[in-house]
Amino acid sequence: MKRYSAFAIAREAANYHQGWERAWAKRAPKKRYDAIIIGAGGHGLASAYYLGKNHGITNVAVLEKGWLGGGNTGRNTTIIRSNYLQDPSAAIYEKARSLYETLSQDLNYNVMFSPRGVIMLAQTHHEVRGYQRTAHANALQGVKTEWIGPERVKQLCPIMNIEGPRYPVLGGLWQARGGTARHDAVAWGYARACSDMGMDIIQQCEVTGVTSEGGKVTGVQTSLGDIGCNSLGIVVAGHSSHVAEMAGFRLPIESVALQALVSEPIKPCMDVVVMANTVHGYMSQSDKGEMVIGGGTDGYNNYTQRGSFHHIEETVRALIETFPMISRLKMLRQWGGIVDVTGDRSPILSKTPLEGCYINCGWGTGGFKAIPGSGFGFAELMAKGYSPLTAEFGMERFREGRFIDESVAAGVAH
Amino acid sequence: MLTLKCPYCGVQACETELSPGYEAHLKRFGPGSSDDDFETYLFTRPNVKGVHFERWRHAYGCGKWFLAARCTTTLEVFGTYSAQTPAPPAEIIEAIKSKRPDWSPET
Repeated sequence: MKRYSAFAIAREAANYHQGWERAWAKRAPKKRYDAIIIGAGGHGLASAYYLGKNHGITNVAVLEKGWLGGGNTGRNTTIIRSNYLQDPSAAIYEKARSLYETLSQDLNYNVMFSPRGVIMLAQTHHEVRGYQRTAHANALQGVKTEWIGPERVKQLCPIMNIEGPRYPVLGGLWQARGGTARHDAVAWGYARACSDMGMDIIQQCEVTGVTSEGGKVTGVQTSLGDIGCNSLGIVVAGHSSHVAEMAGFRLPIESVALQALVSEPIKPCMDVVVMANTVHGYMSQSDKGEMVIGGGTDGYNNYTQRGSFHHIEETVRALIETFPMISRLKMLRQWGGIVDVTGDRSPILSKTPLEGCYINCGWGTGGFKAIPGSGFGFAELMAKGYSPLTAEFGMERFREGRFIDESVAAGVAH
Repeated sequence: MLTLKCPYCGVQACETELSPGYEAHLKRFGPGSSDDDFETYLFTRPNVKGVHFERWRHAYGCGKWFLAARCTTTLEVFGTYSAQTPAPPAEIIEAIKSKRPDWSPET
């Protein structure tokens, strides 16, 4: 792999940019791999990357039904934060956030991590108490967050109307090192690094079955033929239940649609990410100037990547109250993704009833921020059978009543 | 926009009038049941990609719960029926089979 650098740009410019290589190689699947990851989204590619980087397992294939990063990795609002209440969540999300800090250098690929700061607004007295509690929890966890008053919120984001008629801003939970990153670049950067380690990234290869012998996984059936493996990682987000069914087990997951939208580009007007959970909308401004807006999920099972129109209306209506200046903005694009929501709104990184088969799913509406930490922990789990990062996220926690209850802690938009 | 016909009041209700209630025909297990059964009832879901039976409430209409058969990959609605039934009625099964010949109630 030729390294990307300022020098490389100068060298290629002198050569009319004829010399750039493909970022990742296109290869046909081999007969057998040490490990197969199903799903070439952020989480799947990160898992493969850390399998190679941290554990020396490079005979790996990443299989993808569609195209690389075309699922929720390409459909989210790119927010990165780690201000969670529960200790296991804070640990894995903070690991992810800290890996994002140096990800561009690690991958030699600019993921445009922008630690611009994230404010989670408190607009009711319940939220004030909740976020103050989270701020204290974060202090104990070593995650740097701060409870700030309404004046400081206004100072950080002057376009906000903090005296809203329905929900005035009473303060916020401020994480200065949270922010955003370029979502596609995260997938592309991991893919390029995986390919450089000799891993095969095989797109348009749909897994149609999982083969096993004596309770142990032996491989997968795909649209490109059968492929053998010693261990299998299922990292397919919205389709987790569907693939788990092939492997012979069921999950505590419902798949629903989550939508996002962007406005026409405007001049820079906000340099932080704002999340408003009471009214259920969140917004940031992309480097192109578009306002990137997200809201709540639909309430019914759905695999179509299309959501309900009235949720867009509710989200935009909520944000207009807090940000009156966006009321005249035109919306450019809207899209949906299928998110896999668990009972306690926390992910599952776990062994499964099928030996050698592991699953990484249930990130629901908040997976992008976790990509590096999720891959880091899941790779360790696959390579060693145990990871301190993922220990609490086993699928048996539902049976045992050990929930990591972020649905109570975060309420929504998480 | 998803519209479902309320089987009680007959109104063709749009989804803003309705509250979703997820999977229908759950077999309930209580005290004394095995851990497996209790876990399955509380958490584990087939989360079907295809024909899905689900609960809805006509929240801003007559207020009653009813059941619907809907496809989660196309959002096509096959029919709605009363919640006072332990299994989908024959006419709903028929309506699904006329559009999904390969489908059988067990899957």
